[in-house]
Parts: sequence; C-alpha cells; structure tokens
Amino acid sequence: MSFVFYVLAVLTLAGGLAAVLLKNTVHCALALTVAFAGLALLFLELDAQFAGFAQILVYIGAVAILVVFAILLTRGSETPKDGVYSRNWFAGLVIAAAVFAVLGWAVLQSVSGLPHGPSVAPTVTVLQIGNALMSRYVLPLEIVALLLTAAMIGAVIVAMHEKERAK
Amino acid sequence: MTPLANYLLVAALLFSIGLAGALTRRNAILVLIGIELMLNAANLNLIAFWRYGPHPEALTGMMFAIFSIAVAAAEAAVGLGLVIQIHRHAHTTDLDAMNRMKG
Repeated sequence: MSFVFYVLAVLTLAGGLAAVLLKNTVHCALALTVAFAGLALLFLELDAQFAGFAQILVYIGAVAILVVFAILLTRGSETPKDGVYSRNWFAGLVIAAAVFAVLGWAVLQSVSGLPHGPSVAPTVTVLQIGNALMSRYVLPLEIVALLLTAAMIGAVIVAMHEKERAK
Repeated sequence: MTPLANYLLVAALLFSIGLAGALTRRNAILVLIGIELMLNAANLNLIAFWRYGPHPEALTGMMFAIFSIAVAAAEAAVGLGLVIQIHRHAHTTDLDAMNRMKG
C-alpha cells in the first residue's frame, strides 16, 4: 500500500474522531468537513474521480454548510452544563466497539478470498458515467430525482413557521 | 494484506466511530453527524469494491455510491429541518430531554 493511502486514512479517521469527540459543536462540524475531504481524497486515490468530486460538491459544499447553519439556528454551540455525552454513553461505546470487532474480524477472516482486481487503474470518463446513467441506470436516476424533490419540499414544509397554529 | 482489505478496515473503523458518535452524543445535530459518517464509510466500501472487483468497467459500485451520496444529501436536509423544528418547539436539541412523543 502506498504512503499516500496511510496519510489519507489517518486524516479521515482523525477528522471523524474529532467530529465525534470535541465539545464545541462548531468545532465538530469543522472536523466533519476534514473527514469528508479525506474521504474525497481516498475516492480520488481509488481512481474514482467523479465520485470524489461529487463527494466534495455534495458533502463539503452542501451538507457541511447545512450542519453549520443548523448549529447556528439552534444555538447548539453552547456547551450544556451536564456534559455533551448522553446518560448511557457507556452502552453506546460498547455497542460501537462490538460492531467494529465483528466487522474487523469479518474482513480479516476473508482477506485471502477478496478480489485483487486489475492492477492498472480502470479509466472511467464522465462520458461513460453519463451514458450509463441515461441508459442502464435511468430508472434509479428518475427515482433519485423524485426523492430529492420530495425531500426538498418536505424539508421546507417541516421547517416552515406555522403561524396560523400560533394564534 | 491486500489493498482492498486496508480500505475495508478503514471503512469499518469510520463506521464504528460514526456509530459511537450517534449513540453517545446528546445533541441531535451531533447524532446526525455520526449518521453521515456511517453513510460515508459505506460509500468508501462501495468505491473500494468497485476499484478492486473483477469488472470495474461495469460501473456498478460507482453508480451505487453516486446514488447513495444523493440519498444521503436528502437525508441530511430532512434531518436538519426536523432538528430545527424540534428546537423551535421544545427549545432544546438535547435528546435526553426529549422523552415525550406528544409535544
């Protein structure tokens, strides 16, 4: 494995850990952006250029900004006086550790059976992705379009002020 | 260790970090951040299997990851809208304080 992979993996995992562990919510959002950027670079390292740039556009450009907006609108950056972790944090930690143990065990058990794949990077152009989206994957594409429209309308309706009920 | 196994281990670790965040934090926005990390770990698995699988030219894993990114964006928009509405209603985003379904 290349040196670049280890640097990117450490960057991503450190960003994820900081996003989960930091006390100030705004710092968590910034650490989340670092984790997203590390993941986008990992996608580029895996020769998935389109997915990497889509990750940068969607996650760093939209989701991280949305999270920051939500934190500012809910005044979530104030640290609560009774700690940032929930009452049963220990059970959550044990469950997460158990899940990681199972996943890691499964991966390590199946190392010999994993596919090695082509050693040369597959060249995938945006033209090929567009052709596939318009031919073989056209039905999922339409469903995603419908889902995004429904989610947008739903988010606006959910977050809208209900003035008539306030009277 | 094959390269694919390394990527799978990183994804498993990231998934567990996200799960720990979603299960242990009080703030609803931090729980959503944990869920986003879990979704991203799944995307990393999809891309890694696409790259090292037998037929990368079929684009299956890549397409799955792209659709997953779109669905995750929709989930984030609706989830954060819900958090904002709950904060307006209950004046808190502390999940331990939300113990009633009826407002």
